[in-house]
This record gives sequence, C-alpha cells and structure tokens, in this order.
Amino acid sequence: MPSDTSALNTALSLILGFDPALMEIVALSLRVSLAAVLMAAVVGLPLGAALALWRFPGHGALVVALNALMGLPPVVAGLCVYLLLSRAGPLGELGLLFTPTAMIVAQLVLVLPIIAALARQQVEELHLEYREQLTSLGLSRLRMIPTLLWDARLGLVTVILAGFGRASAEVGAVMIVGGNIDGVTRMMTTAIVLETSKGNLALALGLGIVLLGLVALVNAIAYVVGETARRRLG
Amino acid sequence: MNDMATRLMTDTSTLSLEGVTFTHRGQRLLGPLDLCLTGCKRTLVMGPNGAGKSLMMRLAHGLLAPTRGDVRWEGRAPRQAMVFQRPVLLKRSVLANLVYALAVNGTPRCRRKARAREALERFGLGSLERRPARVLSGGEQQRLALARAWLLEPEVLFLDEPTSALDPAAILAVERAVQEFHVGGTRILMSSHDLHQARRLADEVLFLNAGRLIEHTDAATFFTAPASCEARAFIRGELVL
Amino acid sequence: MHHKARIALTAAGLMGLSMAAQAQDGESYITLASTTSTENSGLFDAIIPQFTDKTGIEVRVVAVGTGQAFEIARRGDADSLLVHDTAGEEKFVEEGYGTERANVMYNDFVLIGPGGDPAGIADAETVAEAMQLIAESGAPFASRGDDSGTNRAELRLWDAADVEAEGDWYRELGSGMGPTLNTAAGMDAYVMSDRATWVAFDNPQNLELLFEGDDALFNQYGSILIDAERHPHLKHDQAEQWHEWLLSDAGQQAIGEFEVQGQQLFFPNAE
Repeated sequence: MPSDTSALNTALSLILGFDPALMEIVALSLRVSLAAVLMAAVVGLPLGAALALWRFPGHGALVVALNALMGLPPVVAGLCVYLLLSRAGPLGELGLLFTPTAMIVAQLVLVLPIIAALARQQVEELHLEYREQLTSLGLSRLRMIPTLLWDARLGLVTVILAGFGRASAEVGAVMIVGGNIDGVTRMMTTAIVLETSKGNLALALGLGIVLLGLVALVNAIAYVVGETARRRLG
Repeated sequence: MNDMATRLMTDTSTLSLEGVTFTHRGQRLLGPLDLCLTGCKRTLVMGPNGAGKSLMMRLAHGLLAPTRGDVRWEGRAPRQAMVFQRPVLLKRSVLANLVYALAVNGTPRCRRKARAREALERFGLGSLERRPARVLSGGEQQRLALARAWLLEPEVLFLDEPTSALDPAAILAVERAVQEFHVGGTRILMSSHDLHQARRLADEVLFLNAGRLIEHTDAATFFTAPASCEARAFIRGELVL
Repeated sequence: MHHKARIALTAAGLMGLSMAAQAQDGESYITLASTTSTENSGLFDAIIPQFTDKTGIEVRVVAVGTGQAFEIARRGDADSLLVHDTAGEEKFVEEGYGTERANVMYNDFVLIGPGGDPAGIADAETVAEAMQLIAESGAPFASRGDDSGTNRAELRLWDAADVEAEGDWYRELGSGMGPTLNTAAGMDAYVMSDRATWVAFDNPQNLELLFEGDDALFNQYGSILIDAERHPHLKHDQAEQWHEWLLSDAGQQAIGEFEVQGQQLFFPNAE
C-alpha cells in the first residue's frame, strides 16, 4: 500500500507540474459534469416546480418515481444510454457513443432526477408560504413558476451542487458510454479506476485528491456567491 | 368629496354570497352564508377567533372556492387586492417587491420604478427601498404590503386582521392607510377582533360566530343596540362560545 | 423581476448546450475494442503513435473484457477488434460478424501466488499439476469470473487438470485483471494473469510469479475485420489499414520492440 504522504506528494506534483495530460483530463471532467448539470437544471428546475404546483392523477407515483431515481445506480444509467446510443440502438445513427457528448447524456440522466426531486421539495415549501399572496395578485400557476424558482434560488444553489457532486463522483455511467479512451473520453474518475487496476495506487489516490480539490473549489465558489446573496437579501 | 363618494357608490358593483358553505375534511367550517354587500363602505368583519372571518374573506376574494353555494359579483368583477395578517413579502428588496407587483399587473417596464418609488414615499418607506423586504420590522412590512396593494389600484381591498400583530404606532399607520384607500374610493372589507378599531373605522359590521352570520347592520346600530345575545356579549367583552 | 429566473435558466441552457457541442469533432480516427491486458500494459501507447504517424489515423481504444469487446463489435460500436480468445474469435467470424481473423501476437499466462507458496506449485512439472496442487492445498485462488479471455483460458486449464473449480478456496471476483490482482494481493491468493498485466502491475505486495513456461499457457491475440455489409456505417477502409499494419513488418517490429522493465511482453507471430 502506498503511504498517505506518497499519494499526497503525487497529487501535489501532478498539480504543480501542470501535467498536460492531467490538465486535459481535468478540463474534460469539468466540461462534461458542468454541461450535464446545467442542462439538468434547465429541465429539472421547472419540472420540479411544476410537480410542486400541480396535482393530477398519478402525481404521487411520479414523485415517488423521481425520488427513487435519485438512487439510480450509475452503471444502470450508463447501460441504458449505451443501448440507446449504440449503433444497433434507436439513436445509433447519431454516432455519439464513445464521445464526451454520450457522457454528458449519461450524467444528465443521473443528475436530472436529483435536481427535479429536490427542487420540487424546495418550491413546494415556498409555495405554501406564497400561494395566497400570488393568487391574490392574479398569477396563474404557470406564471408562479419563475417567481418561485427565483425566490428559492439560495436553496436551489445547494440542489444544483448536489447534482454536480453526483455527476463529478460517478464512474459507472461514463465508463460504459465513454469507453475511457485516452485523450478523448478519459475523465478523472475513469482514470482513477484505470490506475487502480494497474496497481498504481499512489497515482490513483493522487488523482482522487485532485478531484476532491476540484469539487471543493466549485463548492467554495457557490458558497461565497450564496453567502453574499444571503447577506444582501436578509 | 361628497360628490366623488356618491359617484363611486353608484359605480361599485354588488358582491353577493348565496348559500355559501365551506367544508374541510367533512367538517363544516362556514355557512350556509347569505349576504349582499353594496356601496363604497368600510365593512368590518367581526367575531371571536374561529368564527370564520378569515375564511369568509378568502371566499369573497376568490382565494378559496366554496364547497357549496355561489360567490358572485353583479356586473363586472372589480379590481381587488388583499393584505394578510402576516404580510407575504418576496425574498427581494423593498423596491423589487413593488416592481414585481407592477410587472404582474402589466405596467410597462419603463414606468414601474417611478410608480414604485411614489408608493414608497406615500407609505413612508422612501429611505428603505434597497433593504431586503424580509428584514423590515413588522409595521414596516405591513406598510409595504399596503403600498403594494395601493399600486394595484384596487376597487375592493380585503384586509385580514392586518394589525393584530402590531404595536400602537404601526396600528395607527395602517388605519390611516385604510382611511386613505377609502377616501380614494376603494371599498374596504376588513376583519378584526378589536372593538375599538371597529368603532374607529366601520361603516357597517358583519358579525360572525361559529361559522354563521349573526348580524349584518350599520356600525351605529351594532355598537348601540345589537340584536343578538352573542353580539351583546361580544361587545361587553365576555367570552363568546 | 421573475424574468431574471428565466434569463438565468436560458443562459445556463445555452452554456450547457455549447459545452456539449464543443465535445464534437471530426478528426480521422477509428474505434478499437480491445482488452484491458493490452491497454494496461502500455502496449498501445507504444505502437499506436507509430501507426498514426504513418497514416494520419488516430486509434481510440476502448479497453474492456473480451466478452464485452465482442458485444461492442457485434452491435457495430467499434471499427476494429483485437482480443485474445481464439475460439470466440473464430465463432465471431463464423456467425458473420467478422470477415477475417489473423494472428497478431502472443504472450503467455503465468501463475502468481503468495511468496511462501503454500501449495508448492513452483516445483510442478506442468500447469495441470500446479493447478491440482492449488486445489488440493485448499489455498485461496482468485478467479476473474468475468467471462474475459483470461477467464475462459483459466476455466479450460481447470478442465484439462481435471479439477472441479468450486468450493471455499475458489473465489470468483467478477473483475478485470488489475482489480483481481489487487484483491489477490490483499488475501494472499493464487491467481492466473497474463504476463503483460503482471509485469506492468505496481502493487504486488507479497505476490510472486511462481509458475510459467508450459505451452498450455500460450495466449494468442487476434485482430478481426468487421463485416462491412452488416455495419456499413463503420470506417472499414481505415480499420483495414490498421489490421494490415498490425500484420505488416513495421507493426510486428513495433510489437516486438515494446518492453516493460527490460522485458518483452508480446511476441509477434503474424503469418
């Protein structure tokens, strides 16, 4: 086993050395996870808000399904997207398998339920408080959605971060649909799996530390932005 | 003044509740209720806690639909606004709260800020426009809610126990605002369990008890010669069951 | 003011889409489905640049177990296939998924075990005897258990040694070669590995190479051309160039020259 210090040293030398291969992997990881999370937010936030505002037959089942999908194993999501994008699958014509786009789609499938389900919860709470006032102002439920999303924005930042955490940490889905191709679809997590399988545990752990640092950085930025807004809005 | 009041009185339409009942989980909370409100008056809805005052206001304003019966405006439904016991302010600045209400009612974007500032000055909030609305004191929040209602130029203003959580200075400010609305030609429908407030403000009184309308009379009659024993007990300050 | 929410969402959507769009490019490349043993040893890093220099064609390697590699190729998701399961490869061609199969190179399997060698396989004459000794001693044996080429070869060897591969001592891991070696190192188990992965493996702990050299441990790699009629969208011309190059003198020499820690890991044997 590598000692902790050797992993830490490896991590430090990777970062300080600006290893170009590492930079490429880091950039790809960020690009894929951020793109997936942004698109999941665009679809998931209004979807969650709609679920909070409308009641219809099957509403409860849909909410339960969405909550359950938060626990969807990444490998299963990866397999489904693989079968979808494979040449023999319905979207095979697009030729997206083993590209970063395929990885974005797979992570979108993983992150969307998290963002929609948690957004529904946040919006539902706020809606309880706002409902009478907004109805009194003459707003339809459709027009309430942007208002509620905007006023819940501080809580929704945390929701989006939870989605980003899931996307950046998962390996099962991107491994299957990306193929871990060197220089094309190799991300932080798949590189860690590869180095582990080579028995290169110090490098694997070093990459893990770099990944953790990266996720911490994104969270720190969101925290600072959130705190500033909180102070400003009381 | 007298001219204007007459003109407005003939303008305003009639609100009628016919056989209105509200049931929740099998329990009847209100009604059956029959009543007709006309004229540009200040109507005070009175009664002990749990009498159904808030419920009646919400049914009249259209926030709730009656389980049975009809809530109808004869003629055109008037512009309405409502001020709640605990003001619901958006998590934005004081100014943004007003601009929002103007955006919702379709005021052109270029006029919103000027109109909002005008309302802030009118309600004594001019120096607070950049403050987050949620950190204002209770009295300031209620004044902001009134300013928001004022921007909507309502023909009917509903106020649900607007002063029950406020100190005397803030109560005075709210009552002045209510008077200004009234003088401007807005019909007032306000619930309160404060007899002194009712004496100061009411043109007529609706007295509710246990979900039923007990009396509907002009204020002078209600306070000097109430018809029902419940109302007499209420005015004497006894516990009404 | 709620238009801010809409603006924020729209901006996020556009950013997400542009990031996704960025991910596309149209360089000249083929996708090669191959096994973890070739990728993990570093062979491809050594030989693919030589091919790319000559032809301008990039080779993108998806390294998976042999079973999954066949499946990827069968579905038309890879342009070319390089695996080590001769029986499976011939079946693949017979079923009409491939048009041509050729020997490219071989290496061999080796038996690894804890340094103390509790089963005493180091002195065995044949691999069959070594495997009988392991089974008799009851020392743990870590099997890939993932239907990979190595796993299939291992099962054939148990058969040949007339040993029932089951019981407490026989542990099916369902993992790739590297993870299996990691696990075997953790529980001081015997394990069969291809030589390339073993030599390049960095975490042996107490494990040592204990038995090698029997002809039965021969591990043949083959390259397959995928049927153009079944999957017309594939890059058959470029895939054929890759196939031909592997079998050419230049390709064979590149394979022979690849070394890890001074050891040649793959032996070219194209006809």
